Amino acid sequence: MSALCEIRGLSVTYQGHPVPALTNVDIDIHPGERLAIIGESGSGKSTLARTIAGLLPAGARVRGEMRWSIGQAPLPGRDMGFVFQDPSASLNPVLTIGEQVAEGARRNLGLTWKAAHERALDMLERVRIPDPAKVLKAFPHQLSGGQRQRVAIAAALATGPGILIADEATSALDMIVQAEIVSLLDELVREAGMTLVFITHDVALASGFADRVAIFRNGELVEAGPVGAVLTAPENGYTRTLLASHRDLSTPPLIREAAT
Amino acid sequence: MRRIQNLMKTSEGAIGFGILATLMLVALFAPILSPGDPLRIAGSPLLAPFIDPAFPLGTDRLGRDVLAGIIHGTRTSLVVGIAAAIAAIAIGLCVGLTAGFAGGAVDEALMRVVDAFQIVPSFLLALAFVSVIGASVPVVVLAIALGAWADPARLTRAQVLSFRERDYVAAARVIGMHPVEIAWKEILPNALPPVLALSAIIVAAAILTEAALSFLGLGDPNIVTWGSMIAEGRNVLRSSPSLSIFPGIALVVTVIGVYLLSEGLTKALAGRRSEA
Amino acid sequence: MMLLDIANLSRRFSSGGRDVAALSDVSLTLASGETLGLAGASGSGKSTLARILLRLIPADGGTIHFEENDWLKLSGAELRRRRAKMQMVFQDILGAFNPRATVASVLDDPLRIHEIVPKAERPKEIAALLERVGLPASYATRSIREVSGGQRQRIAIARAIATRPSLIVLDEAVSALDVSIRGKILELLVELQQERGIAYLFVSHDLAVLRAVSHRIAVMEAGRLVEIGAASQVIENPRSSAARALIAAVPRLVTGLPERHHYDV
Repeated sequence: MSALCEIRGLSVTYQGHPVPALTNVDIDIHPGERLAIIGESGSGKSTLARTIAGLLPAGARVRGEMRWSIGQAPLPGRDMGFVFQDPSASLNPVLTIGEQVAEGARRNLGLTWKAAHERALDMLERVRIPDPAKVLKAFPHQLSGGQRQRVAIAAALATGPGILIADEATSALDMIVQAEIVSLLDELVREAGMTLVFITHDVALASGFADRVAIFRNGELVEAGPVGAVLTAPENGYTRTLLASHRDLSTPPLIREAAT
Repeated sequence: MRRIQNLMKTSEGAIGFGILATLMLVALFAPILSPGDPLRIAGSPLLAPFIDPAFPLGTDRLGRDVLAGIIHGTRTSLVVGIAAAIAAIAIGLCVGLTAGFAGGAVDEALMRVVDAFQIVPSFLLALAFVSVIGASVPVVVLAIALGAWADPARLTRAQVLSFRERDYVAAARVIGMHPVEIAWKEILPNALPPVLALSAIIVAAAILTEAALSFLGLGDPNIVTWGSMIAEGRNVLRSSPSLSIFPGIALVVTVIGVYLLSEGLTKALAGRRSEA
Repeated sequence: MMLLDIANLSRRFSSGGRDVAALSDVSLTLASGETLGLAGASGSGKSTLARILLRLIPADGGTIHFEENDWLKLSGAELRRRRAKMQMVFQDILGAFNPRATVASVLDDPLRIHEIVPKAERPKEIAALLERVGLPASYATRSIREVSGGQRQRIAIARAIATRPSLIVLDEAVSALDVSIRGKILELLVELQQERGIAYLFVSHDLAVLRAVSHRIAVMEAGRLVEIGAASQVIENPRSSAARALIAAVPRLVTGLPERHHYDV
């Protein structure tokens, strides 16, 4: 299977920063896969997402190659959708939800406002927002954080992009909403046969639904491979540390509970 | 020191700083640059500029040296502009801080007063004030400040309201810090910079208002100002336009200098914030 | 006598013309040296409870007894003095500090305000606090913006223990930290508890974190306390739907190949 995007020797340095945010990264994105980019703060995982999406700030120096199988980079907003950590930052506070979800579809797919509006309603239904017709007319501040993130996903998917990049899309949400959003993303991506690049700090979250994982640390790719292989037999010491520091309900507590 | 360096890094800041520093020096050394009373009759009337080296910018209808007038006028403009801005910021800060911290009815009452002052055009207010009390530099300063304090008051209040809800202020309360110390040490230093950036705009507006008052003959008659020079030149505008043009240029350059400095300050502050 | 006794606490907010009960009739107790995990989704009222407890916002009804004081009746200098005994660690690791502060000034404030040690000994006490939370004493001179997120949270903990409190409210205190640092901070908290007998009220939406450090867990939903019990009991035998939802939401590390794995390598 040929890669959708081949990244070779990618290095990124932000303006005014002596240390590169990404150093010499080689990674492939395969069509239709769910690739989880995992790393802690300062690992360069978000820089990678921004580079793929063409969203690096002005003045960032990029070296290396990014070859897309279709010959040219997908057009952000049409062929490629994004979902960010903070949904309120990616939604315009003075436009209604309907206008924002319809906007991309209208501009990129050449739909009329009416058709785009119907498309928006359909998208809101697909992200399972309760009472979508009413939400269409609402403003972002009238929704909860989880609903805003659903709207952001609807807006990102309204143009039917082939690839979706989710950068810490659930980190600002509470656990219950996070679980809902992850399963929603999983389902939508699978239905549409889309490629998903899921950036997260949470190994366990990624382990639940990714096909492949790539572990980043200090701007370098530490290890990449199929999720089962990397997580059961990690080759790198850092991956092992990361797995060891994972804590869930079966992890022994740090304290002894008093006998009750 | 860091802040001045940041300021000088922006081209606006550097140019504005250059212009204002020059004007300050001119104002400071006016008696040395042009000794004697600038209002005295120094030569024959209506000398054209650039002819007599003794009067490079010529003389007016009464034979007063135009260059001397402009040099000494710098003093008036800067003194009145800066004093009015300081007064306006001081009043604005006090009102804004009180409203922001007290909240409730006090806040409501103070903000209605602010509204009242913002509704009345500040120039009309200054005009009325000076014509009732009489023209002298302190009165002009006060008159201008009266029309200018409402903006900094509103901004200060908004800043205080935004900062007092921050987590670090909550943290200060949790460790038992006294409210006065919280206001003084935790909120004020962080809330102040945007208000100070506003002060440059007030200085520029104050300089213009002062010029306009003098132009209408409501300035202090015993000192030379650019506004009164322009008014004076108006009578012979067709035959000797330079009498109005030179003080006009001085006024424009000063105001542009202040605006550039304020632009640079804003950029330097924003840069510092994005760095953090 | 319990260290903390909250009875029938309630609080309403009006937002957009609607009256919302952020907290209704919540009662709970906390013993010295005990950790109570307070779990709930966002909007469940757990942060409101924490903020009322810290006297950052007023309550509408109910009482709080802390160290045998009628806590909600205290005011002014008396309240400020007693605050030494109840401290807080915030979620926002940057926002919880004055941006102009240095590490030393952060720790100096509580020592000065509550006269914990004589003025001349404060630098020594600051060094001791830093070392206690696992930071070199030389950090004292740094600006708070120069230290990393995990280190900032250690400083926040040092600030909280500076006044020798008997209760610390931890509001999502590790949620903003990297996973590898989280564990170390939790260990530090447990050590401090065993060493100094501090009680914790640990507010979080992450049951895995609460499970690690809590003796008991209380679950909130829509402003009400829906379940409270020993940690193991709540995790293994949840009785409320809110607790079950929180448990189901904790991501589990799936190390085996997922069945639906369709991509061939």
